[in-house]
Amino acid sequence: MTTDLAKHDPEAPEPLVPDALELEGEARIEGRTPLQLAWAKLRRDKVAMVSLVVIVIIIVLALAAPLVASIVGHGPDDQYRQAGLTPAGLPKPPTGQFIMGTDDLGRDLFVRVIYGSRISLLVGVLSTLIAVAVGVVIGIVAGYFGGIVDTVLARLIDTVLSIPFLLAAIAIVSISGPSLTVTVIVIAFFSWSSVARIVRGQVLSIREREYVEAARSLGASDRRIMFVDILPNVLAPVIVYTTLLIPISIVSEATLSFLGLGVPPPTATWGGMLDGSLNYYRVAYWYLLFPGLALLITTLAFNLFGDGVRDAFDPRSDRLFATESETEDEKK
Amino acid sequence: MKATDDAVAPLLEVTDVRKHFPIGRRPLFGGAQPVLKAVDGVSLAVRPGETLGLVGETGCGKSTLARCMVRLYDLTSGSVNFNGSDISTLSRGDLRPLRREMQVMFQDPYGSLNPRRRVGSIIGDPFTIHGVAEGDERKRKVQDLMELVGLNPEHYNRFPAEFSGGQRQRIGIARALALNPKLVVCDEPVSALDVSIQAQVINLLAELQERLDLTYVFISHDLSVVRHVSDRIAVMYLGKIVEIAGVDDLHDHTRHPYTQALLSAVPSADPDAVAARERIVLTGDLPSPANPPTGCRFHPRCPKAQQICVTDDPELVSRLGDVAVHQVACHFPLADGELLTVSKPAIADIDPDLGFDATAAAKGTSS
Amino acid sequence: MPLLEVDDLHVSFGTPDGVVRAVRGVSFSVDRGRTLGIVGESGSGKSVATQTIVGLTRGARVSGRATLDGENLLGADPDTLRRIRGAEIGMIFQDPLSSLHPYYKVGWQIVEMIRAHERGTSKSAARQRAVDLLDAVGIPSPRTRIDNYPHEFSGGMRQRVMIAMAMALNPAVLVADEPTTALDVTVQAQVLDVMRDLQREFGTAIILITHDLGVVADMADEVVVMYGGQVMERAQRRDLFYHHHHPYTEGLLKSLPTSGRRGKLTPIAGTPPSMITPPPGCPFEPRCVHATDRCREKPPTVEIPGSGPHTSACWLPVERALRTPLEAS
Repeated sequence: MTTDLAKHDPEAPEPLVPDALELEGEARIEGRTPLQLAWAKLRRDKVAMVSLVVIVIIIVLALAAPLVASIVGHGPDDQYRQAGLTPAGLPKPPTGQFIMGTDDLGRDLFVRVIYGSRISLLVGVLSTLIAVAVGVVIGIVAGYFGGIVDTVLARLIDTVLSIPFLLAAIAIVSISGPSLTVTVIVIAFFSWSSVARIVRGQVLSIREREYVEAARSLGASDRRIMFVDILPNVLAPVIVYTTLLIPISIVSEATLSFLGLGVPPPTATWGGMLDGSLNYYRVAYWYLLFPGLALLITTLAFNLFGDGVRDAFDPRSDRLFATESETEDEKK
Repeated sequence: MKATDDAVAPLLEVTDVRKHFPIGRRPLFGGAQPVLKAVDGVSLAVRPGETLGLVGETGCGKSTLARCMVRLYDLTSGSVNFNGSDISTLSRGDLRPLRREMQVMFQDPYGSLNPRRRVGSIIGDPFTIHGVAEGDERKRKVQDLMELVGLNPEHYNRFPAEFSGGQRQRIGIARALALNPKLVVCDEPVSALDVSIQAQVINLLAELQERLDLTYVFISHDLSVVRHVSDRIAVMYLGKIVEIAGVDDLHDHTRHPYTQALLSAVPSADPDAVAARERIVLTGDLPSPANPPTGCRFHPRCPKAQQICVTDDPELVSRLGDVAVHQVACHFPLADGELLTVSKPAIADIDPDLGFDATAAAKGTSS
Repeated sequence: MPLLEVDDLHVSFGTPDGVVRAVRGVSFSVDRGRTLGIVGESGSGKSVATQTIVGLTRGARVSGRATLDGENLLGADPDTLRRIRGAEIGMIFQDPLSSLHPYYKVGWQIVEMIRAHERGTSKSAARQRAVDLLDAVGIPSPRTRIDNYPHEFSGGMRQRVMIAMAMALNPAVLVADEPTTALDVTVQAQVLDVMRDLQREFGTAIILITHDLGVVADMADEVVVMYGGQVMERAQRRDLFYHHHHPYTEGLLKSLPTSGRRGKLTPIAGTPPSMITPPPGCPFEPRCVHATDRCREKPPTVEIPGSGPHTSACWLPVERALRTPLEAS
């Protein structure tokens, strides 16, 4: 035990964010932190566990995409105008050579669907992380300082929330031109505000807690109070919201790519493929089906997992102790 | 007895301190911002080494006063002197070095410890914040503190939820004592604890005071606890001190009618004494601190009130030949042995809600 | 036969950490017009025991016997229990706000309560009774206050409203669970007086659950001391305070700061036991200064000779009780 202490306790510089985060991660040693309790509950949730397995498979496939391509022998952008198209120049149905068929340019749909998952996950996770980081900081600052700072930031949050996503995205992309970076930034820009709003609400109640007052009475700086004392206490809702924001971002990316505003061709994206399939789905159902299915399974898995995480963190769904004070709630 | 030694310079002195909180919104056209006068003109001194008890009922402003004393709140007006220097207008940054010398211990052993942080890190906070100790040295100091307050130093890595209420209060004590402060303000430190545990914590506080030469301001609504730990007691009512005296004086020569009512209402675990006691049941409720009564704030509930009590606010001074440190704010202080046998207010010029309540008044003394 | 009688009550709850055995074989009884004080610290099972009797512990495993006027309470169907609650047993709790509906006027709540149990009562008659009740519990100008919402009352006044509501149907038993814990002492004195007056007038039996020995010394005729889900000692008020037998009772009384006497208190060392794995014998054994090896088996409940019924669950000789007046200890 003592060797363990030495590992993470010494030298704690002023902004102790990593320390605070580490506490959550290291909590397994003893005691049951909310994170451990949540994990224990999550493990009993069959739907969430199946979703997690699906998510892991998708991630592994995305990481192994080049390997898949080399095994199949088709690159994601390779056009097989002879083997991959019918004599009439239409996409070919699934066969032994192209297990999900081909698209209108004779590219292997299977390989492209796999490659498309990379963009979806990359954009989904990256823009979510940016949005959460920005949202948490702005939410904590607004909630903690209150007053004029809060008023300004709260108005900013409201303003961003009231901008129509698609219209603004079209405007931005038409100025900057579509690219992966722009896609991530646009999605993050329209997602942070809801995170900030949730965090702000939490902080408003947490800052009135006695332990925050205690920290203040010890002479702790604002920064320290915000990130050492308050941040760990808003992590649970942030984690829940993060898992639910990822599928939303994935759908947003697909939407943008579908409209030609996302990651530009020839890069394989599910949204782009769906867009391309629109002229052919009457003769080539597989062109629409497989990218659509991939998108559906991925977002469904993330959403179901997110629901599980939310339930796991919800104190109302577990009754730890039926003590005297708790049973009091039942009196009425 | 330190309590009566006037020659010693006070460690902390507050002079005419007021703390008004804005309530609601300022009227759009004209009119002043409505305020809640939580503390409204309090002066007192705390001498080094003593324990000053601060009692009063909910809403009397005792916790607000304590927070003003250590400048957790900005004052509306008045001044606070700590250790000879005026700290009433210092900024948060300038106050920081002083935080080492004055500490606060909070009431709620569940609320005052961050549930997401380990105990070692919570107790070590003062060292980190003030750059006193780092790394292994910090850990050693924290474990010394844990031992000092009777916690197992091996529990360094646990979370607050793994400790019982009494142990959590010990954690709070360890944190407050980390930097060897001169003054410790204890805000209801034992109110949330069961009696058997409460006694453990009270003993610990007394022991630490002796060993570490601490000065306590001890806030509680529980008079029997305050009487046990304090050298002097200040009784607050609606933002003001109505009586301040040494423990024995306050008990044996009670001057303020409110003090007497408060003392008589304290439950005692002695059935024969309870049966023998004359109990004064105050009628009505505490008036709102947003709109306190004129003159003496206690007059609407006071059986001795006269016209002057409605108009003139009595000064806090020594009366009836009491020692200088026994002060009371009352126009008609109680003589020794005088008992308020009637508990109905003498003046019924007030809001019917707060007023005379015949049933309780008539039956108040019969029990 | 006593009005309310509880015999060998066991209550346990399943939790993720294990089965919490909150109440383990508790017996007590109370007569008309008498007050039974149940004291104990948090986790002693005092609230769970009384809540179980009125059917408020859902999902708990319950065994034992509880009768009100001969009528079985533990096996009663929900409809019967609902009739008994309110009409036969009134209840007040520590936090009146949790039991009063915040969006309805208090008068309306009392009227509804009366009419729910007494179908024949007209609205105006019920309202008149509500006014009388508020008057009886000492609420000034009840005719106007009846149309106020709960938040418009102070803590003490709110608790009076709760008492008025609990007494609306003139129940045989009033269960008061820490009724004054959230109140200031002067307000506490007012509320206790109200309860005492109503008891005198209506002959109500009161079960007063509290952690405050001072309140018990003031109010109770008979006292049950609970610890670790069991009854440690049961005695008439004066016997309990002046001739107690059980070391836990003694420890509790010695822990109290006595007026104006500085110096060391005598706390009980240690902390209360886990109710998931309670000690096999006497629950107080791990903290008891008199503990010996035989305390690891369940001690007998012995009769202590004295002025009234007095029992104690301890191996120590009964003569001990007669030698322990509070002053001498």
